[in-house]
Amino acid sequence: MKPVAQPTPDTREWFALIDEGRLTVPRCLECRAFFLYPRSFCPRCGHRDVELVDAAGTGTLLSFVINHRGPEGFEPPYALAIVELAEGPHLMGALRAPDLEAVAVNTPVRVAFEQRGERRVVCFDVEEAA
Amino acid sequence: MSLRGAVAIVGAAESTDLGRIPDKSALELHADAALNALADCGLTPADVDGVASAGEMPVDVADYLGIVPEYLDGTNVGGSSFMLHVRHAMAAIASGLCETVLVTHGESGRSRVGMVPWMPAPQSLMGQLEVPYGPVGAPSLFPIGVRQYMARYGMTREQLALVPVIQREWAALNPRAKLRDPITVEDVFASPVIADPVHLLHCCLVTDGGGALVLTSAERAKDLHPSPVYVLGAGESSESSVVSGLESLTSSRAIRMGGERAFAQSGIRHDDVDHLMIYDAFAHVPIYGLEDLGFVGRGEAPAFIEDRNTAPGGRLPLNTNGGGLSYTHTGMYGMFAIQESVRQVRGIAPAQVHGVDVSVATGVGGMFMSSGTLVLGSAATV
Repeated sequence: MKPVAQPTPDTREWFALIDEGRLTVPRCLECRAFFLYPRSFCPRCGHRDVELVDAAGTGTLLSFVINHRGPEGFEPPYALAIVELAEGPHLMGALRAPDLEAVAVNTPVRVAFEQRGERRVVCFDVEEAA
Repeated sequence: MSLRGAVAIVGAAESTDLGRIPDKSALELHADAALNALADCGLTPADVDGVASAGEMPVDVADYLGIVPEYLDGTNVGGSSFMLHVRHAMAAIASGLCETVLVTHGESGRSRVGMVPWMPAPQSLMGQLEVPYGPVGAPSLFPIGVRQYMARYGMTREQLALVPVIQREWAALNPRAKLRDPITVEDVFASPVIADPVHLLHCCLVTDGGGALVLTSAERAKDLHPSPVYVLGAGESSESSVVSGLESLTSSRAIRMGGERAFAQSGIRHDDVDHLMIYDAFAHVPIYGLEDLGFVGRGEAPAFIEDRNTAPGGRLPLNTNGGGLSYTHTGMYGMFAIQESVRQVRGIAPAQVHGVDVSVATGVGGMFMSSGTLVLGSAATV
């Protein structure tokens, strides 16, 4: 089976919410900055009080590669991407589109999830042109 | 206290062989290169009181060579480790912590003899945040920003392909380079797609090999080698070890900050630089490096390369050994970039550029996770 994250104490809650189908973005209660990856303190001001805020679920595709080879369980071609979430921070995820070759950077994407056993992993679906 | 020119590289050598070396372990490659570098300046392991290494522990390297160290540096930031070792040795020697530092590299990248298997731990940041998406190792992760770079600055696929094409021209001048046959842009496109837009020929080699440096004070250097190579400036920095954590996908903050430090300390202006090495694990890294080091403006590197400024006969010779794309790449290429800078300043490189007094070598670790830059100079620059 495809790999899933093995969370550490500082990332466990964030991944647990993903397993529930909720993408959250950590935010510092002191300086109000959003950040990723999840940490138990703010990487901007060092404050230890942080909260997990539900993400809007939208973002912009910054860049991606289309893998033509893959580890066991992955069927090429498949893409992985870096997305700028609506909240600001960047996140890697699987990129899904009917035709990967036709995808351009800077297009809007929507957060989705791929089920892997009891876990879920973050995906980004390219938004259909209106 | 200015450290500019206070310390010099007096010994520099690579392992006896490069390429496929199935009869030597990684640690043995460290030692082989170390003995070659010590012989270069007429020293033996007994003369060394400081050891720096990455991959293998400096403890193991020192013990293997019979060195009794008073200074150890195990800084491991991937392929840029050796630039940092030189910088730290500069401070250690200048402040009297030790007198002679041996910096070693060895890796059985291809044959995997005596190597710890490389696989990110499942609970590491990479294991949690990248591995679940199925990256094909570095080729999927390192160049992930390239597509955004192309969209932002209009770089064409042809321009990206020119990086390996021109480096192969340099490699053709170097008998020790692994890949020496000329290639064209069409050859790059015809090579297998690894992680689109990355083709096989955009990717570095995977080889066995090693390299080592011997550093000492500038005063002592003159007695040890006829052409000491002075460390005029050095800088280092780091940022996220996962791609999603990088400040930008079209620039490297670590290269930028390390470069600024190195240039500031050296007092060298970009126009003074005769020769340049930029760690080329993948074709886009020299493009980012040219911009982040300030040799060209944002988005200008592809045209700068296309105009043959970095090619043989160009005004800024770049990666003159053939680079990681054609010369050798053990996994931590930074040592080989420094070796070529030293050869060029000494005037003994196979593809020697005329009159090199100042050479800059920039290393990168991980997927732009870290960087170190050295400004090296001949006696005329001190």
